[in-house]
Amino acid sequence: MSSSGQDAKLFARGKVAELRAELIQPATKKDKTFLGKKIALKKIVANMTMSNNDMVALFPDIIGCMEIESVEIKKMCYLYLVNYARMKPDLALKALPTLQQDLLDSNPLTRALALRTISYIHVRQFVEATVVPLKKLLKDSDPYVRKTAAFTVAKLYDHDRTMVEASDLIDRLNLMLRDENPTVVSSALAALMDIWERSETIKLTIDYTSASKIVQILPDCSEWGQTYILEALTSYVPHDTSEAAFLAERITPRLSHTNSAVVLTCIRVVLYLMNYIDSEKTISGLCAKLSPPLVTLLSKGPEIQYLALRNALLILQRRPEVLKNDIRVFFCKYNDPIYVKVTKLELIFMLATANNIKEVLAELREYATEIDVHFVRKSVRAIGKLAIKIEPAAKLCITTLLELVATKVSYIVQEATVVIKNIFRKYPNQYESIISTLCENLDSLDEPEAKAAMIWVIGQYADRIDNSEVLLEDFLDTWQDETHDVQLALLTATVKLFIQRPTKGSELVPKVLKWATEDTDNPDLRDRGYMYWRLLSSNPTAAKQVVMGEKPPITAESEKLDPLTLEEMCLVVGTLATVYLKPVHTVFRSARPRKLQESPALQKEQLPSWQAAQHAKAFSAQNGVVDGIAAVPGAAGAGAHNGDVLSEADAYFASVGGPQQMAALRLNDDGFASPNPNSYTVNANQPLGTIQPMRQVNDGRDGLGEGEGDLLSL
Amino acid sequence: MLSGVLLFNQKGELLIMRAFRQDMRPRLADVFRIQVISNAQIRSPILTLGSTTFSHIKSENIYIVGVSKGNVNSALVFEFLYKLVNLGRSYFGRFDEEAVKSNFVMIYELLDEILDFGYPQNTETETLKMYITTEGVQSQRPTIEDSSKITMQATGAMSWRRDNIKYRKNEAFVDVIEDVNLLVSANGTVLRADVNGAIEMRAYLSGMPECKFGLNDRLTLGENGADTSLGGPTGNMGGNKASKAAAGSVTLEDVSLHQCVKLSSFTNDRTISFIPPDGSFQLMNYRATENVNLPFKVQAIVNEVGKTKVEYSIAIKANYGSKLFATNVVVKIPTPLNTADISSRTSQGKAKYEPSENAIVWKIARFTGQSEFVLSAEASLTTMTNAKAWSRPPLSMQFSLLMFTSSGLLVRYLKVFEKSNYSSVKWVRYMTRAGSYEVRF
Repeated sequence: MSSSGQDAKLFARGKVAELRAELIQPATKKDKTFLGKKIALKKIVANMTMSNNDMVALFPDIIGCMEIESVEIKKMCYLYLVNYARMKPDLALKALPTLQQDLLDSNPLTRALALRTISYIHVRQFVEATVVPLKKLLKDSDPYVRKTAAFTVAKLYDHDRTMVEASDLIDRLNLMLRDENPTVVSSALAALMDIWERSETIKLTIDYTSASKIVQILPDCSEWGQTYILEALTSYVPHDTSEAAFLAERITPRLSHTNSAVVLTCIRVVLYLMNYIDSEKTISGLCAKLSPPLVTLLSKGPEIQYLALRNALLILQRRPEVLKNDIRVFFCKYNDPIYVKVTKLELIFMLATANNIKEVLAELREYATEIDVHFVRKSVRAIGKLAIKIEPAAKLCITTLLELVATKVSYIVQEATVVIKNIFRKYPNQYESIISTLCENLDSLDEPEAKAAMIWVIGQYADRIDNSEVLLEDFLDTWQDETHDVQLALLTATVKLFIQRPTKGSELVPKVLKWATEDTDNPDLRDRGYMYWRLLSSNPTAAKQVVMGEKPPITAESEKLDPLTLEEMCLVVGTLATVYLKPVHTVFRSARPRKLQESPALQKEQLPSWQAAQHAKAFSAQNGVVDGIAAVPGAAGAGAHNGDVLSEADAYFASVGGPQQMAALRLNDDGFASPNPNSYTVNANQPLGTIQPMRQVNDGRDGLGEGEGDLLSL
Repeated sequence: MLSGVLLFNQKGELLIMRAFRQDMRPRLADVFRIQVISNAQIRSPILTLGSTTFSHIKSENIYIVGVSKGNVNSALVFEFLYKLVNLGRSYFGRFDEEAVKSNFVMIYELLDEILDFGYPQNTETETLKMYITTEGVQSQRPTIEDSSKITMQATGAMSWRRDNIKYRKNEAFVDVIEDVNLLVSANGTVLRADVNGAIEMRAYLSGMPECKFGLNDRLTLGENGADTSLGGPTGNMGGNKASKAAAGSVTLEDVSLHQCVKLSSFTNDRTISFIPPDGSFQLMNYRATENVNLPFKVQAIVNEVGKTKVEYSIAIKANYGSKLFATNVVVKIPTPLNTADISSRTSQGKAKYEPSENAIVWKIARFTGQSEFVLSAEASLTTMTNAKAWSRPPLSMQFSLLMFTSSGLLVRYLKVFEKSNYSSVKWVRYMTRAGSYEVRF
């Protein structure tokens, strides 16, 4: 093995004058290998790294070195050129002849190096000077030069797309797909995909013959080449269901590849092709093949594990039969990085059923005592959500929660309080016996969300809690310092207390109504205050009906992606968007949208979006609501509470509010995916945000909000 | 694909910055430094700001960052970053700050070769070493014939092996290395037990040898996988677990194979045939979850006595044959954060309290099969004002055990065919190590 280099001492800041002196000193006879120049150049490269822009002054001297017969020196000069050419385009032009000469060199490595270098330089003359030689090099006798030339076309397109579109370069690139060398073919495909991604005018279609041909060369490509080919395969639209099945079958050996990019991209293609396969048997056969490699990715580095887990969340929603038996593999190891743990937790939640709930709860109970606060909170939330999701397990979940409350750890108690409130809402009149336990821990509540939850409980059950007015008064003492959410909760709870126990509440209500209507600048609080005031003064019976009316039950289903997003995400398995689990364009505005292409083979009835549309149609027909709601994005998710009473109104509001809401969201998201956890809205459609701690945004519809759909999105 | 690659040291000093696209600006290095390196809150290896995404990994004491625009293939980015680290290790022995600083020019040279327009190119060390060499070895221009050989190699179907390799003695070493993972709950239930195995090979074989690899007589892959014989008896398909285990068979949940292995023939009849790279490489990775033989059984009794004392009684039994012995056995037994002092007794090995790790570290240099050792200890605690409950992290173990595989995997044969028909010597070793071997208490 080669010995380690000795260049560390050269990695230091230098002055232009000194470096120039070193660089231009004439080579002595002894120094046949130009050692002095090499050292000077290395120092310059080091300074370039440190963004020492003084180095640009050395341009003429560098050009002077380019003619030296040494590959090492040439490579360093070229690196310099790539870095600084844009700052000094005029000077850089002097290097053009050398590069052009190298493009004609008899040595293929030199030709490729020159081609690679010249096409990195974003200067008009360089770009123009590349075109003519490039046409020749695309047909070079050497495959290494040809694959470099293929990528060069994409690079030129990046510099000047009109010029490339006006030339026949893209056609020539297309012809390379018939090259005899597999590396050249995969490079040409990668280049075409790159161009396609950024172009509005170019269409990329692959017919069955070409698709089978490129699948055939898969085994002969490098791991990267295999990935490029698999990526390109999503541009093939099967017209016949047996073609799709056959192709899927042929690429499945790639699932055993050791490179996870090959594996995940292969999973993407198989999932894509399944949309065009009609045989259920074939589909379940393919699903069975996807599971093991997905789990195997969990033995890779943590970053790949994370990516695999995020994709598992996605695949699970689209094809639940994948992974259905594998809950234990997602149990956290103590030393897993936090981002891996949090995603595993989400998967455990999704895979939990009445059959494995005991095991799951024991596991979550374990997580709830770990060190990381965020992870602990999320575990507690998950327990509460499971109580809502799996009805037979509710009792068990509550027992676990009470055990956790007994630890008296402030943030655990607060988190538990929030979820227990939701459990009350889901199962009214069943578990109120635990209220007393909650009341013992009032002092540890200092977070608005937990306070609001507790206040809601006090208000709702004012008639069952003996000292409810005292408890409420304690909270009211700090009215001025509370957040609006807590104030809203206090207002509602006070009114509820008054309605249920008029004697106890009569003192508090006027005080609170006065604060809410006169001492606030929050319009919601003021309006709600006036509303209650008017209600109570004009018709106390109606007030009771309104305030203490039956609440719609809540569900835990809203953590699912909406069908259209789900479909889109499945077409980009393994990409960054799947880490965020958000529609591609909300994360990357300029990304080209992907959607399933029409074809006679497309199994429309099996698509989530089609099924959702059917469901909505049936629903609206039944309720006499205007057709077309299904087309409103967000309608499906916004109906977090599908109670019969309110669903019609909800559907209406969703259809009215939907588009604006979406528009607002886009404004919010303007280019920023999630740098600042507080900066964007979490709504029911996007429950799985980044793993950074994220505040839940309360929409304040009920004082306590309907935000519980997002329990897991913390 | 990638717009650029950045390497930083721990302090956030830039060691390498290479742009592959115009949208890679020098100031993005500052953005990463501020948003990730000096941000203690960062909890994800991926950060997207605007349309720019930073994907990073850490190796030794450096950050390796891929910068990209748009919705790129994230698996590809991370695999490339891993590959870069491996390439660095293979070139420089290590890939840390010192190695990067000592070889920064060469790293630029490598980056220029292995990425074009941000797309990973040939990253096979074997090929790269033919023309990117450390200083002094070969700085003159390669001849045109040499160059053509290199370019064929770099774009050919067999980029991992060059022509004309000659050894006087043809040898192949096979190491089967298994990491066994275990998670046991406080009441003794095994929550998960699985094996991550790897078959590592060092091949010193002349010419273009075609190798065939035979594992256990009966190799089953996946639950519904076809039972495929590698020269042994078939039948008894779908038999129950016990009979499978008895017949010297192994059930692998999944395997992934080095790119030299012909995947299609593996899919068809489970033959592992390949032309190996020269030198060492990882032939195969596999995962097993059925019939996992656990080398150690741990019994941990931990009692918190009042608020000032914790009592430990730990017993560990070796489940493997008495002729084998495990080495470097380390048992880490967590103690509460407010531990003041520990007193401990062991029947074998040494136990020491490590305050920095909040654990008793019990080391046993040699652990013979079928023996059982115990540790009893007592931790006295200082009283704390805000007594938060102790989170009781799991007890964990490290060990390595030769000539034992937890999955039961065996190498039956390795055949080497070469046109010159030379004879070759093959060696096989087995080792089982602790992956994440955790017992809750």
